[in-house]
Amino acid sequence: MSHFARTSQRPEPLYLLFSFLGGAVLLFVVAPLAGMVLKTSAPEIAKTAVDPEVRRSVALTLWTSMAATAILSVGAIPLSYLLARKQFLFKRVVTSIIDLPIVIPHSAAGIAILGIISGDSLMGAAAERVGFRFVGGPAGIITAMAFVSLPFLIHAAREGFAAVPERLEMAALSLGASPTRMFLTISVPLAWRSILSGLILMWARGLSEFGAVAVVAYHPIVTPVLIYERFGAFGLKYARPISVLFIAVCLVFFIVVRLLAREQDNAAR
Amino acid sequence: MLRVRSLSKSLGDFAVQDVSFDVEDGDYFVLLGASGVGKTVLLEMLVGITVPDEGQICWDEEDITHSRIQQRRFGLVYQNQSLFPHMSVYGNIAYGLRARRLKRREVHEKTRVFSEETGVTALLSRMPGTLSGGEAQRVALARALATDPRCLLLDEPIASLDIQARGQMRALLRNLHRRGHTVIHVTHDYEEAVSLASRVGIMEHGSVVEVGVPRDVFQHPKSEFVARFIGIRNAYKGRLLPPGKGAGSTARFVAGELTFSVLTDARPGPGCLIVRSEDITVSLAKNDTSAQNSFRGAVTDVAPARLGVEVTIDIGVEVAAWVTPESVDRLGLQLGTEVWISFKASAARFIEE
Repeated sequence: MSHFARTSQRPEPLYLLFSFLGGAVLLFVVAPLAGMVLKTSAPEIAKTAVDPEVRRSVALTLWTSMAATAILSVGAIPLSYLLARKQFLFKRVVTSIIDLPIVIPHSAAGIAILGIISGDSLMGAAAERVGFRFVGGPAGIITAMAFVSLPFLIHAAREGFAAVPERLEMAALSLGASPTRMFLTISVPLAWRSILSGLILMWARGLSEFGAVAVVAYHPIVTPVLIYERFGAFGLKYARPISVLFIAVCLVFFIVVRLLAREQDNAAR
Repeated sequence: MLRVRSLSKSLGDFAVQDVSFDVEDGDYFVLLGASGVGKTVLLEMLVGITVPDEGQICWDEEDITHSRIQQRRFGLVYQNQSLFPHMSVYGNIAYGLRARRLKRREVHEKTRVFSEETGVTALLSRMPGTLSGGEAQRVALARALATDPRCLLLDEPIASLDIQARGQMRALLRNLHRRGHTVIHVTHDYEEAVSLASRVGIMEHGSVVEVGVPRDVFQHPKSEFVARFIGIRNAYKGRLLPPGKGAGSTARFVAGELTFSVLTDARPGPGCLIVRSEDITVSLAKNDTSAQNSFRGAVTDVAPARLGVEVTIDIGVEVAAWVTPESVDRLGLQLGTEVWISFKASAARFIEE
């Protein structure tokens, strides 16, 4: 008799307990979000949506987080490939360094970033000499977002590359493909689903960043900072509509990207 | 011509040791060995996936031991699932041609030619996931052939196929050989080697222990391992004694309490005696024949074999004899039947240790 046949006759108490505990966890996630949405009226959201400061901050948050993801992916995806495929000296150290942004407090990360991009630092001073300012501008925001969100892309892409059968890459090389061609035509397309998940995670993590961004560039103001500012200055009632709006915008983007990726997958099949 | 000299690779507990062999242009060279003897590691060294610790691989006069995979021009076909799953059959076959930056028209033409040669023209628009095992292997072969390799390297290309697909694939490989392609084919399947090889190399414990044409290697095995591997069940360890007076070149081989007569000019000493199952005669009474080896024993097993019936008789050691089903009926062979077995001294082969 199969395991499932047995459970369909008489529910296993252990799985009932697991279902109850799992349901409680789900409720823990859904309840605050649902509560926030339900307590916000449509006119409030409409009013917030036309607020120029809100619109500016949402647009800024979206493009800076996308830029952070796009710029860092250029180096992060090749690094993920190396981590998945090659053995090298201090590989474990490299892996631990990549995890650092996840474990350190984000405000501390902001302070650390400030240390290398402020006008007092070598890099910051050099940038300022050519008329480029990190602190208090989009470049600073991008740097802070990239720093805290990078591990999500690297982890996902590394797992994606590791799952690509090595013999396919060897077959490509034996057919005369250069390593670059092999990487671009075999490794990346086959790991694409994981890479895309990583890109989405990195982007999502970047646009929700508050601590590091607030330290590096409070202004121009990104939406998480704006929500905090409205909450501090005017209270919960004024912070709620912008939160709902921002979540809705992020969800729309997230769903659109997923749908596009699925369409691409189906076309490839 | 491929020349492999003293190739060695150590991988943890496992090692490929001091492997040397030649593959002439146009050869169909089968590397035969049980699972885990190092066939795939050897193949990977030839392809360039694994770097040897020692030794040399040369193609004609060119030393390719440390050449990059893409520069060796070896067409590699794996056992299974080596097609690019995100490309159509056409895309797979054209992959190597595009990598060589051929013009679109050339790519199209060559893809057409090799898909016809391997019988996959009707599959060109299909995705690999929708192909049967046999179809996928033919596509993999077309893909490898399209790049005009100087040698095809096949890693157990037939092992995962069903019987019908195996037959088609063998016919295709034989045809490629006839057209002059040089092939190195790695397998654990003796029948595959017999049906395809023009030359065969036997691998045992990480080394190539014997190389030759199949008839020599299989009819006169030089080691107990080869004998057992190609299905000779009657192999007995013992000691060869010098010929007695007036016995000519017939020597005595002692295995436990049994003494066999064996025609050999080998030096006395420890070794192994092998007798093919088809060389053993089974009878109900002792016959007066030229066979110098006659023993009495009881039937312990009667089992259908690939050819006829394999009857096992216990004469102190177990002896397997192949007989026809008609003989089984005529002699009434069943478990416990007392029979005589006999074989000529010239049918017994002594292999020195």
